Amino acid sequence: MDASIAGILALDGLGNGAVYALLALATVLVFAVTRVIFIPQGEFVAFGALTLALLQSGKVPGTVWFLLALAAAVVVQDLAAGLRQRRPAARLASQALRTLAWPVGVSLLALWAAPRGLPLLAQAALTVALVTPFGPLLYRLAYESLADASVLVLLIVSVGVHFALVGLGLYFFGAEGFRNPSFWDQRFQFGGLTLAGQTVIIFAASIGLIVGLWLFFERSLAGKALRATAVNRLGARLMGISSAAAGRLSFTMAAFIGALSGLLIGPTTTVFYDSGFLIGLKGFVAAVFAGLSSYPLALVGALGVGLLESFGSFWASAFKEVIVFSTILPVLLWRSLRDPHGEEH
Amino acid sequence: MKSFRTFALKTLLATAASLVLTTPALADVNIGVTLSLTGPASGLGIPVGNQFKLWPKTIAGEKINLIVLDDASDPGKGVTNARRFVTDDKVDIVMGGSITVVTAAIAPVSLESRTPQLAIAPVGLPPEQDRWVFRLPQGFEVMAHPIVAHMKKGGVKTVGFLGYTDAYGELWLKEFTRQAEAQGIKVVATERFARTDTSATPQALKLVSANPDAMLVVASGSGAAMPHKAVMERGYKGRVYQTHAAATPDLVRIGGKDVEGSYVVSGPAVIAEQLPDSHPSKKAAVDFVTQYEKAYGAGTRNQFAGHAYDALIALEKALPVALKKAKPGTAEFRAALRDAIEGMGRTIFAHGVMNWTEKDHWGYTNETGVLLKVVGGKFVVEN
Repeated sequence: MDASIAGILALDGLGNGAVYALLALATVLVFAVTRVIFIPQGEFVAFGALTLALLQSGKVPGTVWFLLALAAAVVVQDLAAGLRQRRPAARLASQALRTLAWPVGVSLLALWAAPRGLPLLAQAALTVALVTPFGPLLYRLAYESLADASVLVLLIVSVGVHFALVGLGLYFFGAEGFRNPSFWDQRFQFGGLTLAGQTVIIFAASIGLIVGLWLFFERSLAGKALRATAVNRLGARLMGISSAAAGRLSFTMAAFIGALSGLLIGPTTTVFYDSGFLIGLKGFVAAVFAGLSSYPLALVGALGVGLLESFGSFWASAFKEVIVFSTILPVLLWRSLRDPHGEEH
Repeated sequence: MKSFRTFALKTLLATAASLVLTTPALADVNIGVTLSLTGPASGLGIPVGNQFKLWPKTIAGEKINLIVLDDASDPGKGVTNARRFVTDDKVDIVMGGSITVVTAAIAPVSLESRTPQLAIAPVGLPPEQDRWVFRLPQGFEVMAHPIVAHMKKGGVKTVGFLGYTDAYGELWLKEFTRQAEAQGIKVVATERFARTDTSATPQALKLVSANPDAMLVVASGSGAAMPHKAVMERGYKGRVYQTHAAATPDLVRIGGKDVEGSYVVSGPAVIAEQLPDSHPSKKAAVDFVTQYEKAYGAGTRNQFAGHAYDALIALEKALPVALKKAKPGTAEFRAALRDAIEGMGRTIFAHGVMNWTEKDHWGYTNETGVLLKVVGGKFVVEN
């Protein structure tokens, strides 16, 4: 191996690592606020990439029908709960309207826009608008009524949601993979190194999002409320912060980050309906590296996973995943030795 | 005396049973078909079922009863179907399953009941079961052959291998290495990747730095494009070969100009019209494609339905031979049918040239595989 090969490998690893970092941040965020180990995080990546791919080919993406079905399920659930509690009909109706407004609106927009072949950026924005509502809807359907259950129960629910999403993804997107066009075709030469425009966009978007998240948590009231819920749920509730609203907000952000990651990674590889799981799992490894609590450590962990993956594939491609996922063991050992604590729940 | 009484009783019972149960179907040939019409592998099973719907009512003047059951891609359900075939329906031949796991699960039933079985999925079996099972899909051996031959003709001495980390990649690596070494071609680098990987750049770097004369990419459908692109992006100038699982329009749809000029091996059935007139399967393949697309619409052709078409060709040849020896519905007839299939010799299928022998129940000859070249985003037969 010489310097130029090492350079190419490092660039490839950091590019993937930047996407893992976003997913790691989302995983940490969701876990801190709701204690849900959100395994389906990667599915949003696949949904984002595939939705854009189908919009690109002028078809109405399956996401539209999926979103409408999900919203309808949530409305039915709310109605059933409301009728049992004998809530007034007007309130139930307004609640249903609020649930349906965004999904139906954005679906109609997608139906109108799909055959028109809008510019790439407009389609990307539409994709994010389509995938993001999956977060809060999934939270309300699967997790909200279990908000006080143990971490283990929430983890089991996550596994179930993951399988459901992959299965439905196959139904809505089909078995074939798609590759999206690059957002920026420019290539930069640095000696033997070629920096693709898409890689620059990945780095810029990741850094931008991380700074944005930092500002959100430090400066905005909603961000501070999320942090408060993360630190102490009961205490935050006593201070008038709704933990349900905090959960919905964190899932919304997770879905948004997932969809954005899908847009970023779509042009660099072929994405299948089930591609998300492994990508999400690598983000999860990075999040575990950070003890599911520290954002900067998650970022470091994700870049480490990306580099490890890239150099691992170079030296022993048949054992790449073994190398990546085995590194979680010493990290877990180190974390449990450094920070001994009993079962919290 | 006792043995005579038992014999008499048995004969009486057997006669009564045959009168009651099988009288209407005595002269008909019963065929039990189990396919994955639902479940995760339904994409493979449904086209096969469609082709069975196009079968004639009689073969060699004999009325045939096709009994098609769904196994839901589940080996357990497949075995239940197979047991029903051999005990209730008294079939003369079993066809299926349409996926490997189901096929492997029902092979013991075929052995136990001494019923010949035409497998619609590739499957490896122990020798005693293998005796009753004949495979309709091509094995890796006949698909690797045209690639190795083309490499040798083009003076390729070294090859880099970039394949799936699963059984498909492994079987190709084994078979390709064996044939290539026999021709003096060396596999100098072996790299692996998974369909859902986010990048194959590191593998491509290593392969390109080994600088082989040619690359073999072993992957399926749209998954075959990503590693191919990675190799080209690293500035590889040699030939790139793809396997038959990649011979779909998805390779070109995703690969774009990066897959231009590469070689793909394929079975003859789906590229019917493009086959050179010298290819033995041309007539059968064109007939299959015309028949299928007339019934199900243009562009619906697929390799799976072709196997059901080929099963008919095999029966048309083997049934008359077996009918001379015994009556349908008997154990003798099933044995005769098995022998007839094994001994039918060189037969032209839509999927290639079949020659089952006592030792080889895969049977396709090396005339089967066709090498295609991607030219202007289309597959063109390479001579």
